[in-house]
Amino acid sequence: MAKITFITQDNIPVIVEGESGSVMALAVENNVAGIDGDCGGVCSCATCHVHVTKEQFDLVSEASEIEKDMLELDDDANEYSRLCCQIDITEQLDGLVLTVAG
Amino acid sequence: MKKYLSPDPFKKARVAHGCAHMDEQNDPVTMILRLKDVRKTAHNWKTFHSGATPGRIVIPSEVNIRHTRQIPFEVDPPLHGSFRSLLEPWFKRPLESAYQEKLTQQVRALVDDVLEAGKIDVVEDFSLCLQSRALTLLLNTHASEADTWIGWGTHVFRSEDDPLDGDKAALLYDYIDEQIKASTPDPEGNLYSVLLSAEVEGKKLTHEEIKGIIILTFAGGRDTVINAVTNTISYFAEHPESLVRLRNEPEIIGRAIEELLRYFAPLTQMGRVVTDDTQVCEHAIKADSRVSLCWASANRDESVFESPEEVILDRKLNPHVSFGFSHHNCLGATHARQIMRVLIETLIEKVSSIEIIDFEENVESLGEFERKVGFHQLNAKFNPH
Repeated sequence: MAKITFITQDNIPVIVEGESGSVMALAVENNVAGIDGDCGGVCSCATCHVHVTKEQFDLVSEASEIEKDMLELDDDANEYSRLCCQIDITEQLDGLVLTVAG
Repeated sequence: MKKYLSPDPFKKARVAHGCAHMDEQNDPVTMILRLKDVRKTAHNWKTFHSGATPGRIVIPSEVNIRHTRQIPFEVDPPLHGSFRSLLEPWFKRPLESAYQEKLTQQVRALVDDVLEAGKIDVVEDFSLCLQSRALTLLLNTHASEADTWIGWGTHVFRSEDDPLDGDKAALLYDYIDEQIKASTPDPEGNLYSVLLSAEVEGKKLTHEEIKGIIILTFAGGRDTVINAVTNTISYFAEHPESLVRLRNEPEIIGRAIEELLRYFAPLTQMGRVVTDDTQVCEHAIKADSRVSLCWASANRDESVFESPEEVILDRKLNPHVSFGFSHHNCLGATHARQIMRVLIETLIEKVSSIEIIDFEENVESLGEFERKVGFHQLNAKFNPH
């Protein structure tokens, strides 16, 4: 079980818990504002963009080339950006804080 | 050869040059073929804009048959963003359970009809009906309107011998004019009424702006949805085991939808007009000339997709561009994805197999390329469980 906090664009923290699946699917199930996951998690739409903090970036694995290519053309992307459909939930993520990108 | 196959005609040019040229109504087009170049170009709206003469970014060009600007499709930022903000909540309604229930009822009734009918033409008797009926949900209009739209045939702008039939286009435009005039402002009503009551950047929408939004809703989602549905049926006809697999593993339906959309790329390409002299993959492009974002080629880019020629229903990484990319990504994508989901869920519940009897492919001529985009006719028989 991992407890993950999303900080929405309105600066509202939303705490959700999950055991498996992708972080995007967990956010969509819990109606986290700004995480749409339109393509269902195949890295085609970039509607699940989040910023990880510098301190916690090691908790999530590095983005694949395909994901990096998607983020490269996102105006809100920075070096701590991830598409959260590409992050699988594990216990290691317990306590993770993600800020929903604009 | 399998009948569902949609061969990739762009491979050689994509690998060797990254671009190709096609002449089209004396307004040549540089086709951009690689995924990364397509995405970069789509993203760079300042150099590759959409706000050109109405109809010019469409290939084949519609400048001679349309003067109304399609909105937000032929508008650039920042005004584009204001229209998108107005329209997006409406076009996300397919995520609501009530919408999905109505769509499911429509598709189930249609599948029941074709199961009883024996031999049908999938294009006319199934895909066109499904697309038209589903459009009544997207517009929130009366279900009987679909009969009028079905009566127009499969193409809004095309007749059998003319890829750009002005008379057919006028039929749609006159219909939309009448519908707007007959509607009254109502933020809870159908799309015409909602738009009549709406404001963008502090101003009421003009008749011409509303017409531009409605034309886009009709034209953008007609051939594309019909191609997606018909190609999907042809695939399942030759892969009954895939229907069994999706029945046993419903958790992969989402991936299967994206993969079928990638493989079949229901819209081959979309144009942009270049604002300044520039370059695309080392090819010089002159200001005021056209480029195209070739979604169908980008979706087969071997430098990104493993085994791009294969339909892999549970493909995990699938950064396809069948709904476009960046600012102008498809406004109707939520509706289209929902149609595909309900279609697949209904097929796996009610249909054991589909037999193709005969068919006529719909092949586009694009300069040096010939691309099968779907079928003019697909005669088939649906068999129940």
